[in-house]
Amino acid sequence: MQKLSHFIVVVFGVLVLTFWLLHLVPGDPVEVMLGESATQTDREALRTELGLNAPIVEQFGMYLTRLSQGDFGRSIHTQTPIIDMVSVRYPATLKLALLALLIGLTIGIPLGVLAALRARSWVDVTVMIMSVRLSAMPAFWLGPVLMLFFAVWLGWLPVSGMETRAHIILPAMTLGLGLSAVLTRMTRTSLLEVLNEDFIRTARAKGLTERHVIVRHALRAALLPLITIVGLQMGSLLAGAVITETIFSWDGIGKLLVESIEKRDYPVTQACVLMIALSYVFVNTLTDTLYGWADPRVRRD
Amino acid sequence: MMIKLFSFVVIGLWIIATIVGQYLQLAPNAIELNAILQTPSASFWLGTDDLGRSIAARLLHGFQVSLMVALVVTSVSLFIGVSVGLVAGFYGGKIDRILMQITDIFLAFPGILLAIAFAAVLGPGLINLTIALCVSGWVGYARLTRGQTMALRQRQHVIAALSLGASHRRIILKHILPLLLSVLVVEATFSLASVIIAEASLSFLGLGIQAPNASWGAMLRDAVRYMLVAPHYVLIVGVSLMSIILAINLGGDYLRDTLDVKKAQ
Repeated sequence: MQKLSHFIVVVFGVLVLTFWLLHLVPGDPVEVMLGESATQTDREALRTELGLNAPIVEQFGMYLTRLSQGDFGRSIHTQTPIIDMVSVRYPATLKLALLALLIGLTIGIPLGVLAALRARSWVDVTVMIMSVRLSAMPAFWLGPVLMLFFAVWLGWLPVSGMETRAHIILPAMTLGLGLSAVLTRMTRTSLLEVLNEDFIRTARAKGLTERHVIVRHALRAALLPLITIVGLQMGSLLAGAVITETIFSWDGIGKLLVESIEKRDYPVTQACVLMIALSYVFVNTLTDTLYGWADPRVRRD
Repeated sequence: MMIKLFSFVVIGLWIIATIVGQYLQLAPNAIELNAILQTPSASFWLGTDDLGRSIAARLLHGFQVSLMVALVVTSVSLFIGVSVGLVAGFYGGKIDRILMQITDIFLAFPGILLAIAFAAVLGPGLINLTIALCVSGWVGYARLTRGQTMALRQRQHVIAALSLGASHRRIILKHILPLLLSVLVVEATFSLASVIIAEASLSFLGLGIQAPNASWGAMLRDAVRYMLVAPHYVLIVGVSLMSIILAINLGGDYLRDTLDVKKAQ
């Protein structure tokens, strides 16, 4: 119950902030958007369409009503309804984020487990050094490096765009490798902590095979907390998508956001920011609930 | 020990190079159109960019700006976040609930999304960039400070001071804040690195420092554009950025171990 009310407050706050964005534009937003050359009639028309003449509370009410009807307004540039643009772009980002998540998990968790099981050996040190290196590489640097290496020099993969299936690999790798660096370290820490617990000693004392102890007892306990971390990391995937999509010309919501900013198409900017933030809130609420459901200890609290 | 050395040497070298660069009166904006996208040579140590400007001079200039933005953003975020966290953690109850809901609303915008949104509507430029980064920067400190304050508030010395009739202001500033310093110093060190990345990201997207002034993000953007003809450009800028981020993060790790700060939740 408390979680639900909290969720509602956060969503409401997100709506207020995104609504308020348009009013942060210095000077007259209509003039900024339409440019100097627009006629007075054009400006008035846009002002009426955006409801800028009404008192601010009423404007916010209108904003909410329209959103609840799935109406994000229209793009100032192309006049298309924003909902149409978003419904094309959003699935592309989702596809990219999910593949990145898959890459992050398949690389991050095994490496983290390996590092924890061989703690303080050369394997551990190498894995950790790689992971620290990798997390010092933001998307706008890792992306170009991957592009240079795999697309330009080796010519194995397409440089950018989204015509074929292979086009998704490099942007997904860019996002996924960054994620795997975080997951490796989290898995290692979590597993090392669990391996020191009493129940592991008990399991070993019972004479279970090491394999059984690790797989059935330790990993189960160690991987559960990762659910919430994966949820939080979805945030950096979504934010990273803005840059990665721009680099690789991947037509997702992040690239739409950047394009709308360049064209000063603020209603589109607002819609993109809102969609990304709401997805993030949704994913986190979902992982919180999942975690509570999967771990009885949390449920009892 | 090696790590500490690496971190100090890298940061030190960058700062020395910047100071020396100041004395040499480099011209980061000097355009030389008959020498564009050159590889490193005697006259241009790190080569030239797409307008024939010296990459080395622009790197140093960009570093100066990045570091300044990072320091300002970190200080301002620290001040706002710590104030919010202290009040929320010390008073608890309704005030705490309201303040924490506000921070949660800000946290709902992942990573640099809020900074992107603010920079987009405020318009590009150094000051707007700094404002945009502060808007999203304070939240982490508020969370951290609040948690620590709540724990410290139960300590005996705080209870003793309360029962002696010390004012809340005095307790917060003299009995709680000093105990938070080491945690905050470590956190601020790490955030220097993330602010540098965030600033570069915004400049990369064209929302930060404007041409012709140099910034690492904007240089990377140009470099990616000319990646096919001049791969050295993107590699030089990227490696520079990575070296400083790595050095700051390792420095933060070292500080954390030295100051014996438990990993913040």
